[in-house]
Amino acid sequence: MAVKQRIRRSMIFLNTQRAALVKDAFVYHPDCVIFDLEDAVAENEKDSARIQLYQTLKQLDYQGVERWVRVNALDSDLINEDIRAAVAGGAEGIRLPKTETAAEVKAAAQKIEAAEKEFGRTVGQTMLMAALESPLGIMNAYEIATADDRMMGIALSAGDYTRTMHAKRTVAGTELFGARSQMLIAARAAGVMAFDTVYTDTDNEEGFKEELRLIKNMGFDGKSCINPKQIGITHEIFNPSEQEIQHAEHVMEAVQDSKDNGVGVLTVDGKMVDIAWVEGAERTLKLAKAAGIYEGELV
Amino acid sequence: MKITTQAVAGTVESSDAQVMISPSQSDLKIDLDSSVYDQYGQHIIALVKETLKDLDVEGGEVKIIDKGALDCTIKARLQTAVYRAIGKKSDLPWEVL
Repeated sequence: MAVKQRIRRSMIFLNTQRAALVKDAFVYHPDCVIFDLEDAVAENEKDSARIQLYQTLKQLDYQGVERWVRVNALDSDLINEDIRAAVAGGAEGIRLPKTETAAEVKAAAQKIEAAEKEFGRTVGQTMLMAALESPLGIMNAYEIATADDRMMGIALSAGDYTRTMHAKRTVAGTELFGARSQMLIAARAAGVMAFDTVYTDTDNEEGFKEELRLIKNMGFDGKSCINPKQIGITHEIFNPSEQEIQHAEHVMEAVQDSKDNGVGVLTVDGKMVDIAWVEGAERTLKLAKAAGIYEGELV
Repeated sequence: MKITTQAVAGTVESSDAQVMISPSQSDLKIDLDSSVYDQYGQHIIALVKETLKDLDVEGGEVKIIDKGALDCTIKARLQTAVYRAIGKKSDLPWEVL
């Protein structure tokens, strides 16, 4: 069953061509894995990776880690078989690369539905996520995010985006600021989740943490990862701190008290808050609970 | 299904298996070289026979170099080699693989 809203702090790409990478990636406890059939797989190994994908989905217990499949592009002659294998194997979702229009999402959704019917799956159980990798994709982010009921989220893919923008990658990520902002606004308006691009300098832990803090503060739900050592760091930054959890608890309790007493504005931990803060506090506690660091009963 | 051409799938990387399948006039012949032969050799051979039977492969020569692959990988590499040998890359019968 499709679960559109859940904890998805980390999504690690796995090259499905390589048996060693897909056999036990769940031991690193990512929230999601993305079995890659696209860029990471050599052209002459697409068939092999696809069969490895199917057998992995069918036979390995990923212990609650959500399993996504990055299929080949819509204009390739590979996507139909990619989707058939992924749906037959029971993947929770399909990540569509290089998405630029709502029509592409609809076309992918039709292929998924056909596969669900062919393999006796419940129609609608396979979710969709669209990767935005070009200026046009970013411009159409809202239409893409709302193109089909299967849409769980949209994700930025900075490599192709930077190239097509004639920009240079910088440590600070200045060149991505517009894309990140625009896609986040689109995701929130559409009610889907938003995921940031990979951080490729796997040896630069401080730089990675800085980028994670930036995207968390902007409002992203999670980060695409390329190395298992990035998973723990991602969770550490995305998890609410003890102080944030306590403050959220205080807000929830105080708002409840104020409702009981008919008061609209109140003070919590020395700051004025109103009813609008409840949603944020609730989200903090839900995230903390899903991450296993909050056991209270307020959410 | 008759194997008419030679085909290879997989690698000799750790946790993988390389499978070579070739045409043969005789019945099925399996040659297994495994880093875990003592513990799992018979299990792997049984898995290979069962997988080939499910694909209706009646004869052929199968050489496997196993580097500690899981069953799902051995099965996947074997299926890939068979489909490559018959030149089929799409419209696979996933529900029975």
